[in-house]
Amino acid sequence: MLRFIKNFSKRILGALFKKRENIKLGFYGPPNSGKTSLANRICKDWTGEEIGTVSKIPHETRHVQFKEKVEIKYKGKTLVFKLVDTPGIATKIDYEEFLTLGIKKGDAKKRAKEATQGIIESIQWLDDMNAVVVVLDATENPYSQVNITIIGNLVARKIPVLIAANKVDLKKAEVKKVEAAFPEYDVVGISAKEGTNMEEFYESLFKLAKKI
Amino acid sequence: MSISERVKRILNLVLGNKIVIIHGRLRAEEEARLIEDTMAMVDHIKNFKGIELAVIEPDLRKENILIKMKYGIAKRLVGDSSALTVIGPSSIVKEIRRDPKKIELLLS
Repeated sequence: MLRFIKNFSKRILGALFKKRENIKLGFYGPPNSGKTSLANRICKDWTGEEIGTVSKIPHETRHVQFKEKVEIKYKGKTLVFKLVDTPGIATKIDYEEFLTLGIKKGDAKKRAKEATQGIIESIQWLDDMNAVVVVLDATENPYSQVNITIIGNLVARKIPVLIAANKVDLKKAEVKKVEAAFPEYDVVGISAKEGTNMEEFYESLFKLAKKI
Repeated sequence: MSISERVKRILNLVLGNKIVIIHGRLRAEEEARLIEDTMAMVDHIKNFKGIELAVIEPDLRKENILIKMKYGIAKRLVGDSSALTVIGPSSIVKEIRRDPKKIELLLS
């Protein structure tokens, strides 16, 4: 009987006070919004390593990429995440657009083919996430259907959402417009490239983790 | 009609170079499936580069509580019939510009 009580209390206390491990945190959004830049910034802040390469040419990330056991500390609390950086979701892919950005025809076709597969992969991964940061380019119109479709799908799957309005270092950035487009969600204006406002981002990330 | 059938039907029309206008909106899962199936086709159908998709619905944020309730009840009874969904092949529809109050179709 004594052993039973001991084991029971150990389990309960363990569940209450143990570090939350391996929260699968997805980075979703349209192409070139800065998903990998943000994932890189977080990885560099907490592990010293990056998750993937970034480029000005859209669809640089064409496969889902991970970083395991990223331990983030905020105000004395620790959470351990598995970061899942996904390819940007789009409704069209045209290899000719890559040609205008200086890519050779063969490479452009290959990039387009991989990008279509990447989009399918991103959508299929939605079900596996515990929480998602939707990364939007704050210089672009937030009312695009892709943004609405991504957030709608996360809501339908009851996955908690945080919106990162990225690129606030650029003059054209309008965080207020993103907030107005998605009033039900927590929106944090950041610059992943410059590391602006990351403290507020981590605070929102910990709030997000509470919703899981 | 199942999600697969609805998406297949829409894509068949879009592949026939038609712009589809749906009274109401697709469910979130249907929109995701539509993008998924579109991407699978981009790889396999010559000259198909994808779709443009937009939903326009009334902006209720500034409306009073009675109007919001009216829309809420109607939505529960007959679905989201106040919305319009526009889907077209990206070879014809260059862009669908959308803001809460208007929608613009820019043709190629």
